Amino acid sequence: MPVSLTNSKLIYDALKECDIRLVSALPETWLVHLIRLADDDPEMILVRLAKEEEGVGVSAGAHFAGVKSAMLMQNHGFLASINGIVSFAHLYKIPLLMLVSYRGTFGERDPWQTQGGNVTEPLLRALRIPYLFLDALDTVKKRVRQAQTLAESSLQPVALLLTRDLMWEE
Amino acid sequence: MLRLDCLRSVYAELEDCLVVTIMGAVAAELHSLGHRPNFFYLQHAMGLASSTGLGVALCLPEQTVIVFDGDGSLLMNLGSLSTMARYRPKKLVHVVFDNECLLSVGGFPTATSTGTDLEGIARAAGIPRVVKVRSVEDFKIAVANARHGGELTTIIAKVEAQGPAGYVTDLSLLENRFQFRRHIQSLKKQ
Repeated sequence: MPVSLTNSKLIYDALKECDIRLVSALPETWLVHLIRLADDDPEMILVRLAKEEEGVGVSAGAHFAGVKSAMLMQNHGFLASINGIVSFAHLYKIPLLMLVSYRGTFGERDPWQTQGGNVTEPLLRALRIPYLFLDALDTVKKRVRQAQTLAESSLQPVALLLTRDLMWEE
Repeated sequence: MLRLDCLRSVYAELEDCLVVTIMGAVAAELHSLGHRPNFFYLQHAMGLASSTGLGVALCLPEQTVIVFDGDGSLLMNLGSLSTMARYRPKKLVHVVFDNECLLSVGGFPTATSTGTDLEGIARAAGIPRVVKVRSVEDFKIAVANARHGGELTTIIAKVEAQGPAGYVTDLSLLENRFQFRRHIQSLKKQ
């Protein structure tokens, strides 16, 4: 599977440097290494979800408990989380650091991913969720740190879109 | 059995717990008994109260966390039962008030009114201890057992479809949220 282990490790290390102690996740191809890294790390609480929207509640609970968290999801998982984002994270000013694998864009071979790719950014903009791309090695660490900082200071969801250029090796 | 009587029967015991409720009658009735800084009322995002309780419980395993859920909310997030069962925090108590309807929007019947069995679903999802109660006495005992049993417990409490006159309280959502978090942080400093 040509998902980049090196770059997944880079992202994971960047999360650790931000003192992320809980990660909620639903598996998808690009996230397999990240989830395994979290699972193998005794310092990390990994919460494997049935549906991504649960992660909004779990992260809110972690925030109340004083623990920094991150959500790992595919963009379709972001679509499935929108009510939770609006009627919990936005309504109650909950910081969410969302790492979203950006499927269905240029280079996508799986037909079933393509519609989600079309609407991800328009929806992030409509929801006024600040977002940046993780698309190059040299900016990963800085952008993860910046996203986490903004989520905490603004008390709102912030998204990082994990791109094919970073996640896929072929 | 009235939900208000159930809440009243355990109100004193809630003092040293972290409490998360769903919106509507549950929030309004608990609030009417007297708000405390360790109560968080999730006034929207139906289904996520149990997920929120799970998040708190996983991060603070020494704290007793009680979630007051409802049939309508739980039916919107049945997957939460499987996620809770997977991690089964020992001090998480999941109470589901089942009045077989969506009371606060006019009493529309939920699927528990036509035979869906939340007790069976919770058990089959893997929740280690599941109890169904129909009297206030049994409710009180079930909560006490769950608190001290050392096992994730879901309590299905069958209650009347009867609620308060209104649902809006004088506590702002954000005030509640910041107070709840500050309360938890103050516990950690003790």
